[in-house]
Amino acid sequence: KGMLIPTRPRLFSVCRNEDLKEMLESSKESLKLEAMKRIVGLIAKGKNASELFPAVVKNVASKNIELKKLVYVYLVRYAEEQQDLALLSISTFQRALKDPNQFIRASALRVLSSIRVPIIVPIMMLAIKEAAADLSPYVRKTSAHAIQKLFSLDADQKEQLIEVIEKLLKDKSTLVAGSVVMAFEEVCPDRIDLIHKNYRKLCNLLVDVEEWGQVVIISMLTRYARTQFTSPWKEGAMFDENNEKAFYESDSEEKKGHTEEKPYIMDPDHRLLLRNTKPLLQSRNTAVVMSVAQLYWHLAPKHEVSIVTKSLVRLLRSHREVQYIVLQNIATMSIQRKGMFEPFMKSFYVRSTDATHIKTLKLEILTNLANEANISTILREFQTYVKSQDKAFAAATIQAIGRCATNISEVTDTCLNGLVLLLSNRDETVVAESVVVIKKLLQTQPTQHSEIIKHMAKLFDNITVPMARASILWLIGEYCERVPKIAPDVLRKMAKSFTAEEDIVKLQTVNLAAKLYLTNSKQTKLLTQYILNLGKYDQNYDIRDRTRFIRQLIVPSEKSGALNKYARRILLAPKPAPVLESSFKDRDRFQLGTLSHSLNSKATGYQELSDWPAVAPDQSVRNVEIIEAVKEWTPTVGKTKQPKSDDKFYSDDEDEKEEEGSDSSGSEDSSSSSSEGLFMYFTMQMFSSCLAAKYHFPRQPCLYQPSMVAVQVILSNSSDHSLEEIHIGDRSPASLSIHCFNTIERLEPEASVTVSMGIDFSDSTQAANFQLCTKEDQFSVSIQPAVGELLMPSSMTEQDFCKEQGKLQGMNETSATITMETANASSQAISKQVLSVANVGVVSSSQNNFSRFAGRTVSSGALVLVSLELKESSTALLTINTEKTVMASMLLRDIKQALTQA
Amino acid sequence: MIHSLFLVNASGDIFLEKHWKSVVSRSVCDYFFEAQERATEPENVPPVIPTPHHYLISVLRHRIYFVAVIQSEVPPLFVIEFLHRVVDTFQDYFGVCTEAAIKDNVVVVYELLEEMLDNGFPLATESNILKELIKPPTILRTMVNTITGSTNVGEQLPTGQLSVVPWRRTGVKYTNNEAYFDVVEEIDAIIDKSGSTITAEIQGVIDACVKLTGMPDLTLSFMNPRLLDDVSFHPCVRFKRWEAERILSFIPPDGNFRLLSYHVSSQNLVAIPVYVKHNITFREGSSQGRFDLTLGPKQTMGKAVESVLVSSQLPRGVLNANLNPSQGTYTFDPVTKLLSWDVGKINPQKLPSLKGTMSLQAGASKPDENPTINIQFKIQQMAISGLKVNRLDMYGEKYKPFKGIKYMTKAGNLCQFRLH
Repeated sequence: KGMLIPTRPRLFSVCRNEDLKEMLESSKESLKLEAMKRIVGLIAKGKNASELFPAVVKNVASKNIELKKLVYVYLVRYAEEQQDLALLSISTFQRALKDPNQFIRASALRVLSSIRVPIIVPIMMLAIKEAAADLSPYVRKTSAHAIQKLFSLDADQKEQLIEVIEKLLKDKSTLVAGSVVMAFEEVCPDRIDLIHKNYRKLCNLLVDVEEWGQVVIISMLTRYARTQFTSPWKEGAMFDENNEKAFYESDSEEKKGHTEEKPYIMDPDHRLLLRNTKPLLQSRNTAVVMSVAQLYWHLAPKHEVSIVTKSLVRLLRSHREVQYIVLQNIATMSIQRKGMFEPFMKSFYVRSTDATHIKTLKLEILTNLANEANISTILREFQTYVKSQDKAFAAATIQAIGRCATNISEVTDTCLNGLVLLLSNRDETVVAESVVVIKKLLQTQPTQHSEIIKHMAKLFDNITVPMARASILWLIGEYCERVPKIAPDVLRKMAKSFTAEEDIVKLQTVNLAAKLYLTNSKQTKLLTQYILNLGKYDQNYDIRDRTRFIRQLIVPSEKSGALNKYARRILLAPKPAPVLESSFKDRDRFQLGTLSHSLNSKATGYQELSDWPAVAPDQSVRNVEIIEAVKEWTPTVGKTKQPKSDDKFYSDDEDEKEEEGSDSSGSEDSSSSSSEGLFMYFTMQMFSSCLAAKYHFPRQPCLYQPSMVAVQVILSNSSDHSLEEIHIGDRSPASLSIHCFNTIERLEPEASVTVSMGIDFSDSTQAANFQLCTKEDQFSVSIQPAVGELLMPSSMTEQDFCKEQGKLQGMNETSATITMETANASSQAISKQVLSVANVGVVSSSQNNFSRFAGRTVSSGALVLVSLELKESSTALLTINTEKTVMASMLLRDIKQALTQA
Repeated sequence: MIHSLFLVNASGDIFLEKHWKSVVSRSVCDYFFEAQERATEPENVPPVIPTPHHYLISVLRHRIYFVAVIQSEVPPLFVIEFLHRVVDTFQDYFGVCTEAAIKDNVVVVYELLEEMLDNGFPLATESNILKELIKPPTILRTMVNTITGSTNVGEQLPTGQLSVVPWRRTGVKYTNNEAYFDVVEEIDAIIDKSGSTITAEIQGVIDACVKLTGMPDLTLSFMNPRLLDDVSFHPCVRFKRWEAERILSFIPPDGNFRLLSYHVSSQNLVAIPVYVKHNITFREGSSQGRFDLTLGPKQTMGKAVESVLVSSQLPRGVLNANLNPSQGTYTFDPVTKLLSWDVGKINPQKLPSLKGTMSLQAGASKPDENPTINIQFKIQQMAISGLKVNRLDMYGEKYKPFKGIKYMTKAGNLCQFRLH
């Protein structure tokens, strides 16, 4: 332990920046690291460490990874303040962007794009464009993040950035999908047209995307769907489920007529979205569950929305903050759709340990759920809440009881009686709140409640809360003709205590006096005048003002004009009862799950959810031509299957099951296609009737040995019995080095398993032959690689390329003039075609008519350089430079074939 | 998305800040402090606070507020979920998530935050990936590092991040291959004064500790999967397989993780394994109150109810309590009026009880409500729902792993007896 103390970072010691500078300039790595650690400590505390910039930035190219990372942290924090010095570091990142290690390329781009220095915008732009075409999906993901950073630094780059987004949206990697959609949302959320072609792919990839990306994609697709599909909510059966009930109750003939009249067929793409998001309700990430719930709420046919209920209720088990947001959303939903949450009513019962805002939200929801059937249970529950020690919550409960009483006329009297009982409660807040609520209730049905008013007048002396006192005074004034004896007496008491009352009580006293003066002037004339005199000299000008106004209004004099005649009609006009309604009533104008919904006001950057279009826009915009021949799933399958089942969907229950059946099979297809989308699929091979194997080259570096080519094999059992002990047996040639997969103990019928193996082809296209054995049987397998798969990409600059090319002249050069298909004439198309046959890397080129690619053979690491010079009328000179002349001629043949074919 | 993060302690000091975009002045937290002052309890600070130019979204864990600064529309749960992941990660790395632990490890904290978000968007939140990027600090490693000058930072891109199983790193090797699963069920219930259940529900989780070499593919099946009403999975579980066969099939992450959490359908009547007999009375005019509480086990299939802890918030009028526990110890805090009784194990032959008197404020009227009682307990080797694991199989690797399954039932956050 003694060794630890002196070397532990003393992060929070007094800031001694001179020390730190010295340490950074020393030649010892450990001292530099120690200094950087202390500096990061300063940054974390919010202390200014910017004067160390020159000393820190020198270490940006350090070999020590931790030191380098800490320098990055510092650089990103202070570059904005020290722009000129920050430029010193740029060249290091530019170099790192070309590094063969994808991790280093990615982190260089991350830091470069985080340096908020406007001067380097063009450099960032270039780096982003290059990274967007990188072979590593991780680097492409980083470039998607960088797009947003550049956009926030310089919004003028928008058009160019949209081009990059458009390109990245086409990416098939699940790693990239979430990040690029995020960039889309930030830079050009209105460019819906960019989504069309990628819509189905995004839907299918969704399950495999990382959870944060899922949230972003789902919310974007929700907006998209609302602009592209027609409403699945039938006419007349809109939001209100009561209407819906009435609709089903009407006789069946009418129902048939109705559906024939307006046949609604859900767009298969609309169904695809609903189907592919449903499994995500099981996610452990609460944000994902919530985003699926809001998608169903805004997009699904009304009878399907309740699928999400259970999952939302599950989220209530999560952290307090999660509960808060989820309860807010349920509160909004439960106003329109009681039925969705009624079976789960008990989940909203309040626990004494809940935070106050959670309690209030639960109360809100319980009130929304109350109906004739459950009101007695709810009221019994409310009774225990009123006794709660949390008085603010008890007061909120009384409000809720008031709302139940107005909404459900059967219980109005019960509630009222209950509230009157509460008037004798020991706690003042409870009493005060009861008075206020009783006042509102009496207003809704003023008849025959004089008993309650009398009761309240009796309690008046003991009530001290101003709001409650004011409410009682108002009640007595409003219904003074029903309590003719008591009212003047209350006024007398008020005249005595007037000066000591709160303003709100004084105002109501003046009000009461005026009303009594009009109805019972004989008894109250003097009292009124006394009170008006007191009010005239009150300290509060509102009260002085009101008093003068009332005097002119009620006391006839020469000056008082025509108004005097109408005093009675003004003061004693029948007043509309206040409406007790939920504070969540019109929250549904915001998309559920959003920040705006939580705040009940439009947040910066909120994207309005559009209404369904009356007529669906062209559906064919989403059609995509299938390029890979290997894909098992095509959208047309979904298309032919879907409308059929949808037709039936509304007719009866049995079909619902059927549809669910097709659901699961459909989604199975789609997920298998999505995982395949990750790899570049090249060859496939089937053999034997009972064990089928397909293989492809994933084009990843082999994990087992660098000289091996990685091969992934998908074994599937197509027989009717399970196969045991699948393993690799004899191989030929005997020297062939193969990294086998581990024996598969058992493969059930129709199950399949993916295994990866490594094969050292020794840079030859000679087939690797081996035996694939099961317990009973063996099959011979032959894997013959295309020459392009024996390569791995190598990144180099144009200068390096030319230099290397110069060394590989003469015998090492093979070339041919080819005539290309016109469609392939652009440099992008060329890259695509070349990359499809050979695993090489693109070398950025400054000349438009040159395309260059570089790679190395996997086994021996010999350089393979491909260059293509475009000549006139789509002819081109294709040159390959490498020591491996046999490979060169084979590669030449393959590339030529790819480029001359469409 | 997430612009900046401030960590605020209970006394309202910002002790760490981190910015992912341009720097936001810490004065933005003033709005948070205002809300903090208004809230009577620390838990009552609203999770979402609007300010003129930003929005503050915060979570409170371990008495630390994690305040995220947001500039524009974002699903609030996205931020909240992320902040909780940050806390989980800290806990995972440092064992505890306290102000002291964070300050001691500020460099690792910074490195972690740097990897977890890029430009405010989550980048790597999977603990397996993070641990490959940044190794958790241990005393031994700190020592070795200072001697050899090596670092905590991984030198390579975690292979998992690029693979189809991002939650598992490649090249895992163990000499002892073992897989343990803990089935833990929690009962949440509210019971009224007559002893009848108002609500009761069972929530369960299966936590796993898997230390297996290579790329094992596991399947776990249940005797009675129908019990599971609503489930949420770790991303490794193959959803299709569950839908079709009710079997959990997965390639596990390496180490500790939560495989599954579930809810047991409420149709099955939940038996609360503990009952309470109570007699708490206050008499009008007297400055004494009687307190009498007895606990007993109920339907525990012969398993002992252990670690029982009773707590109750007594009415404000109670000045002190003079009680006599038949076992265990009790404390009463006269300031917060919190009574807690550490009972220990319930012996069915000799039921634990707590009896005595409470002294009330002289002259004050009798409290008009009885308190609620919260109970915590544990029952080993029993899952109250009756859920049973049938078998666990491993494919894809040759060795025979050691497998173990443990059951436990405990009271959830809320096992509440209302005495009023």
